[in-house]
Amino acid sequence: MCRLALKTAREPFSPYEVLTAMEAMKEGYDGSGLGLLLRGMEFEDFKYNPRFPILSGIAHTEKAWYRMTDYMEEMEYELKYDHRFAMQPGLIDSTDRYRYFMRAYRMPVEFRDESDEMRETELLRARLALRKLSTVEDQLTIFSFYPDVAMIKEVGWPMQIGDTLCLHDGQLKSRICMAQGRQNTNYGINLYACHPFFIQGISTMTNGENTAFVPIRDWLLGKNFAGYTGYQSDSEVFTHILHYTLKQLKLPLQAYKHIITPLSNTELAKHPQGEFLAGLRQVCKRLIIDGPNAVIGTLPDETSLLVMDQKKLRPAMVGGRDGVWGIASEMCGVQAMIPDRDTSLDFQPMREHTVIIPPHRKELEIWSQYDPFPLALAA
Amino acid sequence: MVSVRSVSVGPSSLTSTDLPWIIEHREDRCTLCGNCTAVCPKGAIRLSHMRQRLPKLDVFSKQRGSDYRTFTGIRQETDPAKLCIGCGMCAMVCPNEAITPRPGTNENRTLFFENRKGEPMKRGGRRNATGPTLLDRIIFHRISMLTDPALDAGRHEFTTTTTLGRILSPEEFLKRTVSGGWIPPTREVFPFIIGSMSFGALSPNMWLGLLQGVAYCNEVLGLPVVMCTGEGGCPPWVLRSPYLKYIVLQIASGYFGWDEIIRAIPEMQCLPAAIEVKYGQGAKPGDGGLLMWHKVSKLIARLRGVPEGVDLPSPPVHQTLYSIEESVMKMLQTLSMAFEHKVPVYPKISASTSAKSVLNNLVRNPYAAGLMIDGIDGGTGAAYNVSMDATGHPVASCVRDCYLDLAKQGKQNEIPIFAAGGIGKNGNVAQNGMAMIMLGASGVHIGKFIMQAAAGCLGNEKNRCNVCNLGICPKGITSQNPKLYRRLDPDKVAERVSEVFMSINTEVKKIMAPLGRSQSLPIGMSDAIGIADQAAADRLHIQYIC
Ligand code: SF4
Ligand code: SF4
Repeated sequence: MCRLALKTAREPFSPYEVLTAMEAMKEGYDGSGLGLLLRGMEFEDFKYNPRFPILSGIAHTEKAWYRMTDYMEEMEYELKYDHRFAMQPGLIDSTDRYRYFMRAYRMPVEFRDESDEMRETELLRARLALRKLSTVEDQLTIFSFYPDVAMIKEVGWPMQIGDTLCLHDGQLKSRICMAQGRQNTNYGINLYACHPFFIQGISTMTNGENTAFVPIRDWLLGKNFAGYTGYQSDSEVFTHILHYTLKQLKLPLQAYKHIITPLSNTELAKHPQGEFLAGLRQVCKRLIIDGPNAVIGTLPDETSLLVMDQKKLRPAMVGGRDGVWGIASEMCGVQAMIPDRDTSLDFQPMREHTVIIPPHRKELEIWSQYDPFPLALAA
Repeated sequence: MVSVRSVSVGPSSLTSTDLPWIIEHREDRCTLCGNCTAVCPKGAIRLSHMRQRLPKLDVFSKQRGSDYRTFTGIRQETDPAKLCIGCGMCAMVCPNEAITPRPGTNENRTLFFENRKGEPMKRGGRRNATGPTLLDRIIFHRISMLTDPALDAGRHEFTTTTTLGRILSPEEFLKRTVSGGWIPPTREVFPFIIGSMSFGALSPNMWLGLLQGVAYCNEVLGLPVVMCTGEGGCPPWVLRSPYLKYIVLQIASGYFGWDEIIRAIPEMQCLPAAIEVKYGQGAKPGDGGLLMWHKVSKLIARLRGVPEGVDLPSPPVHQTLYSIEESVMKMLQTLSMAFEHKVPVYPKISASTSAKSVLNNLVRNPYAAGLMIDGIDGGTGAAYNVSMDATGHPVASCVRDCYLDLAKQGKQNEIPIFAAGGIGKNGNVAQNGMAMIMLGASGVHIGKFIMQAAAGCLGNEKNRCNVCNLGICPKGITSQNPKLYRRLDPDKVAERVSEVFMSINTEVKKIMAPLGRSQSLPIGMSDAIGIADQAAADRLHIQYIC
């Protein structure tokens, strides 16, 4: 089982801090990969405007690199910043990494005054188009393309990857960092399949296995939404379900838990909005997750969340203090990230809980599924 | 001496070795109590007087002679009308183990005489085809070794119910919740449903036993089992009872029993679980229902509003309507309306190549609550043998095609598909049912399995018994004759029903747990099943494993 770590702080910090948490939990995973998501970006050599979308990924060959840069130019994306990783190759096994990139763009003029929704649609389109440019020989891996978010994925042990990309040098900081130390669980090794997964600002990672993957995937594919493709990992669907809940159904975050792990009939019978929730459970039945999972995620407004599967078969805990919080699979992970926290605030959610760390990061919200559901239409 | 010519040997005269079942009777054990002849539903054995020569040989007087003794013994009839059906009732009641049927191993010559009076053979039961079915050969293989700690079928909570009724898309559901629109009715039911066996086909004791068992499952065991009436209505007291909610009322092309149902609507204490509109049946595709006159007793005649003792064949299609599209549309809408749009209404069709078209009509019909597909291995109370054995379409590929078609449209969540026809044929009911579910069915209907498990039906796929149509069911399951159906104790049937469903529930969990599933039925979880048959694997889009 893989280990997860998330840190969120008002003050940007280096992703290396989260890698130390991964190191603390090293016995829990096999070092087959690392995935990182950074949100709330800060670059040492560039004053970043958080409206600029950042394209992050890997060009595996020079040709792929030019194909990518040409395409962006053609689409009239104006390059504002190109982060140079101070690479230290040799520490990791992978050899076909022509260039890691993290590039901030100004969107084409015609999108300047468009609504966020339109901008997001375009960013998704561009990401998918870039993904399509990739061929077997000239591979291009695009992790994300979105304002204020960057992603890194690589095969190997987290610390080694951090050293390879010189993440300790303080060039790169963020207010949120999510990390996961393993490849996907169900299928062969695949760079892209490392968690976290990302779509339109929404990102989640999971320590577990999604045994309901095939029916959920088939259902999401049937929705014909442009971003619901790929599925190189069984857990990628968790991200898409969150996206579907928030963006397509426009339900509050609390609905996520009700969709992926609905309450039973007897529990709903006592719930103030039982009837609505039973209806919701029914129409979203295919999105019920099975198998053990703790899902940790973040949203574009820098909210962080943690939910458990229905039986709480995976460990996860949250701890911290005003201004900084950490979520990890194990207590030692939280300890590594926030040694000076107030341990009386440590919390291990049970199956009915959703832990929400709001953007103000003052305190946690622990929301129970038995609580009234925050939506007028459910009343 | 009797001349040989004077013994009548007709074209269909048979001798006992020509028969499918041969009675073995041991004179030395028999006390002539007569139990066997009294119980035999076919009159296949009779007490007969016989005369035996006792040779008398006096050695000293060098004289030979004969003595004779007359005695009574049991003999088997060879008249095709009275053929032994191998039911074994005689053996069951014999106090001395003196009699038992044995399958004839010779060519079964009676096959050539099953059309006497110009009527081809009719029977009850289901297709006579033995051996493992396709469903028996499907195995569950996506054992989740990563789900560690693994799920424990005995200790963890499992959701083993399924939805009967149309499910809206989440978007549409939210829209209608806000605007106060109509949300189609649904029921959470146990995915193994007692399939349609009508109140005319079954004896009152059997029907009562099933109903009691179903009520016990719901009210005591917490298993929401439902049963379907078949075409033939529902006893008036049940219609006005709180048990109606466990009952799926069927309406078929003969509309039998619907007068009573319509009349009872204002007095119903609760709504029925669902309405099934029967267009076709897997055991006899293209045929309507058939209740033979033997079974149209006074009670049945009253319930169905027909004279006593007449054959009751339903027309193959709803004759009041022109086409399937129109028919489905009108029937679903009318019946949905009759119950104020609070009861799911769905059609039942026989598996066929056109099932997909029917399904696609349903997708656009707001009143369609599901589709029930019945395959060739389905059973029936009466049909022509040729229909049962040789006409139809297996259910697995039909359901799979339909499910994949829905998935392509992103609607696999919306119209639940139910499957029937040979589920549990060889006894592997939970395994067969779960294989169907993973192929895409939301649930299965079981008929014959329930008759065998809950009432000890004697029929099998080697043409044993299968006299359900004649009203002489030796177990009293499918007979309307009080002398026969009193053999069946409804309480015992109810007990067996609850035992059967408890054990199916356990087996379902035993299948789900190693696959790492517990929160919802693994509908369409085709990555979890495989078969050691390349052609079948390709056809069903599942894995080939060997
Ligand atoms: S097996 Fe059944 S049909 Fe045959 S003789 Fe015995 S009771 Fe009669
Ligand atoms: S026991 Fe009764 S129900 Fe079973 S096959 Fe024989 S006649 Fe039919």
